[in-house]
Amino acid sequence: MTQNNRIAAGGRVDRSQVLEFTFNGQRYQGLKGDTLASALLANGVNIVNRSFKYSRARGIVAAGAEEPNAVVQLGARDDTQVPNVRATQQGLYNGLVARSTNGWPNVQRDVMSWVGRLGGGFMPPGFYYKTFMAPASMWMTYEKYIRMGAGLGRAPTESDPDIYDHMHHHCDVMVIGAGPAGLAAALSAARAGARVILCDEQEEMGGSLLDSRETLDGVSASRWVEQTVKELGAMDNVTLLPRTTANGYHDHNFVTLHERRTEHLADTAREAGFPGESRARLHRVRARQVILSSGTHERPLVYANNDLPGNMLAGAISTYIRRYAVVPGNSLVLSTSNDHAYRTALDWKEAGRKVVAIVDARANPDSDLVRQARDNGIRVITGSAVIEARGGQRVTGARVCAIDLDRFVVTGKIEELECDTIASSGGYSPVIHLSSHTGTRPVWNEELLGFVPGKVKGMHAAGGVAGHYALSETLADGARAGRQAALESGFNDAQEIVLPATRARRDAPACALYQVPHEKSALRAPKQFVDLQNDVTAAGIEVATREGFESIEHVKRYTALGFGTDQGKLGNINGMAIAARCLDRSIPEVGTTVFRPNYTPVTFGAIVGRHCGELFDPERYTALHEWHVENGAEFEDVGQWKRPWYFPRMVNGKKETMHEAVARECLAVREGVGILDASTLGKIDIQGPDAREFLGRVYTNKWAKLDVGRVRYGLMCKDDGMLMDDGTTSCLGENHFLMTTTTGGAAGVLEWLELWHQTEWPELQVYFNSVTDHWATMTVTGPDARKLLSELTDLDLDKEQFKFMDWRDATVADVPARIFRISFTGELAFEINVQANYAMHVWKKLFEHGEKYNLTPYGTETMHVLRAEKGLIIVGQDTDGSVTPEDLGMQWAIGYDKPFPWIGKRALSRPDTRRQDRKQFVGLKPKDPSVVLEEGAQIVFDGKQSIPMDMKGHVTSSYYSASLKHGFALAVVMGGHERMGQTVYIPMTDGTVHEAEIVSPVFIDPKGARQHV
Amino acid sequence: MFYIFCPYCKEHREEEEFHARGQAHLMRPADPDNTTDEEWGDYLFFRNNPRGIHHEMWVHSVGCRKFFNITRNTVTYEILETYPMGEQPTITADIPSVRHEQGVQAADGGWQTVGARPESKALNEETSS
Amino acid sequence: MSNLSVSNVREFNTQPEGNPLVESPLAWSYRHHPAPRGNGQHAGVVLREKALLGHLVLRGGAIALDEAVRQTLGISLPSKPNALAFDDNGERSIQWISPDEWLVIVPGGEEFALESALRKALGDAHASIVNASGGQTVLTLSGDNAREVLMKSTSYDVHPSAFPVGKGVTTVFAKATVILRRPSETHWELVVRRSFADYCYRWLLDASAEYGIDTQ
Repeated sequence: MTQNNRIAAGGRVDRSQVLEFTFNGQRYQGLKGDTLASALLANGVNIVNRSFKYSRARGIVAAGAEEPNAVVQLGARDDTQVPNVRATQQGLYNGLVARSTNGWPNVQRDVMSWVGRLGGGFMPPGFYYKTFMAPASMWMTYEKYIRMGAGLGRAPTESDPDIYDHMHHHCDVMVIGAGPAGLAAALSAARAGARVILCDEQEEMGGSLLDSRETLDGVSASRWVEQTVKELGAMDNVTLLPRTTANGYHDHNFVTLHERRTEHLADTAREAGFPGESRARLHRVRARQVILSSGTHERPLVYANNDLPGNMLAGAISTYIRRYAVVPGNSLVLSTSNDHAYRTALDWKEAGRKVVAIVDARANPDSDLVRQARDNGIRVITGSAVIEARGGQRVTGARVCAIDLDRFVVTGKIEELECDTIASSGGYSPVIHLSSHTGTRPVWNEELLGFVPGKVKGMHAAGGVAGHYALSETLADGARAGRQAALESGFNDAQEIVLPATRARRDAPACALYQVPHEKSALRAPKQFVDLQNDVTAAGIEVATREGFESIEHVKRYTALGFGTDQGKLGNINGMAIAARCLDRSIPEVGTTVFRPNYTPVTFGAIVGRHCGELFDPERYTALHEWHVENGAEFEDVGQWKRPWYFPRMVNGKKETMHEAVARECLAVREGVGILDASTLGKIDIQGPDAREFLGRVYTNKWAKLDVGRVRYGLMCKDDGMLMDDGTTSCLGENHFLMTTTTGGAAGVLEWLELWHQTEWPELQVYFNSVTDHWATMTVTGPDARKLLSELTDLDLDKEQFKFMDWRDATVADVPARIFRISFTGELAFEINVQANYAMHVWKKLFEHGEKYNLTPYGTETMHVLRAEKGLIIVGQDTDGSVTPEDLGMQWAIGYDKPFPWIGKRALSRPDTRRQDRKQFVGLKPKDPSVVLEEGAQIVFDGKQSIPMDMKGHVTSSYYSASLKHGFALAVVMGGHERMGQTVYIPMTDGTVHEAEIVSPVFIDPKGARQHV
Repeated sequence: MFYIFCPYCKEHREEEEFHARGQAHLMRPADPDNTTDEEWGDYLFFRNNPRGIHHEMWVHSVGCRKFFNITRNTVTYEILETYPMGEQPTITADIPSVRHEQGVQAADGGWQTVGARPESKALNEETSS
Repeated sequence: MSNLSVSNVREFNTQPEGNPLVESPLAWSYRHHPAPRGNGQHAGVVLREKALLGHLVLRGGAIALDEAVRQTLGISLPSKPNALAFDDNGERSIQWISPDEWLVIVPGGEEFALESALRKALGDAHASIVNASGGQTVLTLSGDNAREVLMKSTSYDVHPSAFPVGKGVTTVFAKATVILRRPSETHWELVVRRSFADYCYRWLLDASAEYGIDTQ
């Protein structure tokens, strides 16, 4: 195919660079500087998609972000697929491959189209809700087939070869849109010295100036654009971001920008010649002031069959002609409500094609552009509009008739004009989407016949979006806004800038025209489309209002108006106007729906940035991590920490299973000596004369008499009496304590202490500091622990000199160490703390000396089994925020008679916490010793009752004990403390019911003799 | 994403440095043991949820680790002031000029300018209490 | 090695007398995530570690601490938020962290003597001094593209107008927390927690890749 619609001269394309591309399997040629849309139009491609609901043929309508139809699937390979790309925003590159997202088997011949052809009666608004309503469980099935027919693009099935990243910015003035207003604003603010970011979503900056018929300072407007962009680019305080869409405007002037960095050059960054660079970048901008110069979208008219390929926005046609040197047809009828659209007819004529007529809804339009059209011999039909387009796969004619807008009827005789293109313009809608993201409501402006942005703190709407449509006004408004923004950012000597001279033009006022009347009622006339992307018709809105949907938000949800990736760019105002007419209200009374981020679709890659793969989340390592890796540890995630889970060994050439490894590790600790890296436990250094008093207030138990050199276990509750954390605290000095917390609770507990200190008891003299990372902690535990450690330390480990729950300063392997005699295993245990930079040395020395004792490294799984055998809880596993210390049977750790009303005390006397049938912590011994109950399984008292069963508790921890040679579990059971020896039942989803006996949670060494040796 | 002035660091910081910690100026009863269950329940579980001016406690957790208070409009999300622990807000929903300027109803159902007809004076007057 | 001081706080010298193996928090990273080899081209980012320094966290009232710090370190306590001060030869620094918290960084090995001297100078004043030397390390970042790398990593404003020399802040870095400081026109410092050091290091290698990075 050749580029039949390409004009020989003009435009901003480079005719020396011919680019090959493929659309729906067909090969085409375009030029450097084309968008995919302009290249398709150059090649005369009429149908680019099938519509979402009725499967009607659709062509390109617009030239920018507002394009509803030409939404394509991009990518040559499966790993480079990108759905939902607007062809109008996709720069053309050599080798580009795109397909329609809708239409199967192809857009020319679509199997779904019978649905659409049978007419609207089959698919009224709410069709899906009404038809597929029951049974609800089938919706997923229905949806699958509806989606197959509708085709909304597809996600890639292979991993993306490209990377995406983020960049944070701060600036004084963020200018959104580099049209005339944005450029003038940026120039004003930048010359004042402000830090300015200027972004624009198009391939080039300049906006409407790039296809304007007007001149600035006597030369083409695009020349002024070049000069201005050059000046801005040379300034240190300016960041220019072309090809960058401002997609979200969030609280406190936070704007997210989506920069397309290589996607206009090739399928991947590597193919584009930028290997390793990001394909797209999300800029996160915090701006003091935002200038919204997003311009306007032209509003199409709503007439019958206005969705046939060949129906286009007037301004888009001018853009294609003047910017891309593409004239998308041969003979044009223009239907307009305003002056500005006249330039399309002039552009078309200058391109050497036929203008059949301009149909103007106004009775007596008289202005410079109208005269210019008439002077060029163009027929102008006044007081009329195109009421219907004719054609099948493409427009073949226009039915034109005089209309009476007050009575909303056609008057007089209908004239049929032959043409292949109908341009329409119903005026301009300011692009208020971004301002709406902030939650502000748009304000209707009767003079403009459009909504303008509501007030946003720190935002200045400038130019077209603020309703300034004449070029001179737009420039002046931009310059004003730029200076104002600079002043408000503190640049007090911001000056007015000299603007280029424009030629004065006399315009006539536009008339209000949205839906064009037809000789038949909206329900009987051919479909008049309001929202092309969501297949919403004027009749649909009429039906919705008739069925009682009066709120525009309800109309939107019932009809799908303004849904999806389109966000109502072309259709919203027309839809509201139609709803207003049907409800006999004014447009401002009907109001507008809310536009939500994002303005155009953003690829997930850009949202994720580099927070993926190995950088998805921080992995926290202890000082001994390398040893664990080298010794084959399997790791478990505990919060962000990587902790060794277990250390499988090779046995007879086979790697141990977790079960085998854990059994071996457990026995080693119970019978010999094991070692655990416990560095992840939270550690908080507490200093100050009131440290002891503070501990007494935040822990449930007593601290008044803990001597220097001693350690105590403590429980921490919230003020609702529920356990939040536990750990040991050591008295290092009269004014000095070291608190340990759970691994996951470390940050939370520190903040908790600060909270109470800062907000309730600031008079207490105490400071808290995290020393979690400073210390590495190694737990040496088991009957042989003393023998091993005594080889490496200068400390007297005699059990009378260094008792259970003592701590001492010492050296271990010649490194200063603080040793705690505390036990989480029930065995003799020493927790050795050294400054983390020396941890590897000490750890390796322990192994050198430990070989003869078969020193066995163990991980978290073994730690869990060992502590569970002793009935020691893990906060967050055996508790869940609804468990009191009493529920745990830990009355011994509650100091009810402490003088200060400590945190949680009062709540423990509430009726609810005193209930006898609270879930209480117990042990469970399965009747079948081989059974290991499932953690989380529900417990019932009667295993034979019918479903739903009466649930009485649940299993919180469950393991197989190599020492006991049977499975065992910890659980919470209603009134469990009084039910010792009773049998409970644990029904499983597969129908089996396990039996277990309620026992004490302490399965091994109930007297605690082993840890005291 | 809020931009929050930390009254201790004396500059604006991004929201990701902070944690919200709920309603500000909660008073723990001085003598918990002698409160009724109802009073204690109120302290533990009941919070205001006003439309409009609200005082919240936040903590600059990735920063100075200090707690402080924010006066915030829960409709517009505008932060009207931040102040250190122990101080009282200068802007409250009880001040008529604040209610008027902020243009939202206070807890008692006063002003309203959000909605379908933002500029509608009549609407505002209709719903005024 | 340790003693109970007048303030009833247990001081503890973590420095061994011999020469046992000592490893910075990045020892693992250097062995397992070597930086991409430069292809002889100019590196836009230069990354170095200032390993094994002495880190002390000071908490207390500004007036008492200022006097003690001046006596022992010869530096005035920076009283303004986010301020960072150095001694004359730039080897010792003290940084404002919060209204009652400062971070002191000194050459490795000096921290215990300094801690004792400070405590002595403080007398009865309520303060706390905590040794954090094992818990954090310092990375320096320089080069033409250092600022871009920071812009990819932190939402804090690193423009020279907002972040002059002599400033330091605690802020978000990727999904971790760092203390970010600007000791000179050309260099940035990141004080990172030991357990997050590998993550921060890998993040920096990745963010610097497009500019070229020198870690030697």
